[in-house]
Amino acid sequence: MDPYHAQILEHYRDPLNFGLLEQPTYQREEWNPTCGDKFTFSIHVTTHGIVDQVGFSGEGCAISTAAASLLSEAIKGKTLAAALELQPAFVLDLLGIDLGPTRLKCALLPLQAITRITLPASS
Amino acid sequence: MRRNDFPILQDGAVAYLDNAATSQKPAAVLEAMEQFYRTTNANVHRGLYHWSETATAHYEQARDTVQQFINAQHREEIIFTSGTTAAINTIAYALGKLVLQPGDVILLSQVEHHSNLVPWQLVAEQYRAKLEFFDPTQPLNQLPPKTKLVSLAHIANSSGLILPIQSVIALAHQAGVPVVVDAAQSVPHMPIDVQQLDCDFLAFSAHKLCGPTGVGVLYGKRVWLEKMSPVFGGGDMIRTVTLQHSTYADLPHKFEAGTPNIAGVIGLGAAVQYLTSIGMTKIQEATSAVHSYLVAQLKTLDFITLYGPEERSSIVSFNVRGVHAHDVAAVLDQHGVAVRAGHHCAMPVMEQWGVPATVRASVYFYNDESDIDKLIVGLKHAYGSLSRPNS
Repeated sequence: MDPYHAQILEHYRDPLNFGLLEQPTYQREEWNPTCGDKFTFSIHVTTHGIVDQVGFSGEGCAISTAAASLLSEAIKGKTLAAALELQPAFVLDLLGIDLGPTRLKCALLPLQAITRITLPASS
Repeated sequence: MRRNDFPILQDGAVAYLDNAATSQKPAAVLEAMEQFYRTTNANVHRGLYHWSETATAHYEQARDTVQQFINAQHREEIIFTSGTTAAINTIAYALGKLVLQPGDVILLSQVEHHSNLVPWQLVAEQYRAKLEFFDPTQPLNQLPPKTKLVSLAHIANSSGLILPIQSVIALAHQAGVPVVVDAAQSVPHMPIDVQQLDCDFLAFSAHKLCGPTGVGVLYGKRVWLEKMSPVFGGGDMIRTVTLQHSTYADLPHKFEAGTPNIAGVIGLGAAVQYLTSIGMTKIQEATSAVHSYLVAQLKTLDFITLYGPEERSSIVSFNVRGVHAHDVAAVLDQHGVAVRAGHHCAMPVMEQWGVPATVRASVYFYNDESDIDKLIVGLKHAYGSLSRPNS
């Protein structure tokens, strides 16, 4: 499938949940040194351990931006534990495309921010 | 020019514009390497049987070929390495050990590829030396105090900027300071005469000049190489070995520890012979013509920003307004155009330009205007389909 199919372009041009939360429970920045893409994810977790709010900021290519937008929506309602355990296949299913090894790093950068979101900033 | 010599280009499906990353390989190179493996495969400098003697002869003939190609004074000044990176690292460690004291300065240009920056950072740390940088677009009138080493690219891989190596070499030599030239982007594209340049060291890779990957050349003036200690120890680089001590082989073997990339060196020799048969001046002219067309065509597009100097060699870095460099490269790929997108192993240069990444198109003599025309069509499509108004 064309990596630049309509849904990806839509999320790239007008991403969901763009903008960081004012009072996040966790926040994390990740960047890809190969292309300079950089995303920060902020999430709010309820007392019952459910991710109820998500916001992200940053800049990246169409693939990484669409992945960030789709992922930000998809993790709402999940438990934090489930979000931290998400696997690459989950993001690729959301995107609905096959990617080569270099482009895969773009697509998985937002996931990296989510799965590492509870770690200290320096790690 | 000569496109039919390259099996991978013959069907015309791909406009290959990533030659600064690696060049394509002519049939003559592929055949020379296959011939070695099929008919005389054996280790060099050891066996007393026919195959080994033949392999050794071909390996050493490649050294003569390279010596003539860059006009080195002595054949033992040609050291085979795994590439430019290995050559620069070897020079950095061996020369650093010879000349650096705490507080000394290693002078580099501001536009170096990571391979001519990071090795010097490592060596500077080891000897508590300092790195200083000069702007290669401005005349360099004096060396910083305590400069003991200068290393610079001949042509910047990020922008195609041609650095003033002759004047830097002359200035450094007034102070008796050796100069290392990273010629990875220049040796493939122009006649190079190391005696005329008078550089003390020069490094380049086979794979950017129609040869195979995994092999490159460290040229060093004999007077320096003789004084330098080996960096890697092992077979082939020794004269005598006891359990406690070794003495080293003469040049060039002192710097060629272990079984070398024999097929790669034979491929390099074939590549140099191929280029020489066309003529480096003709190659330079053909590349320059298609590069001028490339830059002129890019300038007709108002959504393109070009980076770097006006005078560029074979390379041009640019961005499409409102489209990430990776997306541009991906759309071009859909149009059968191969370019590089990223920081080109020159993050400090991207920082100077204020961008995280650029698209880089780089041409060689086998490219023609049809390749550029495909690029332009692809760029129009990338801009039309992906540009975001506010970016």
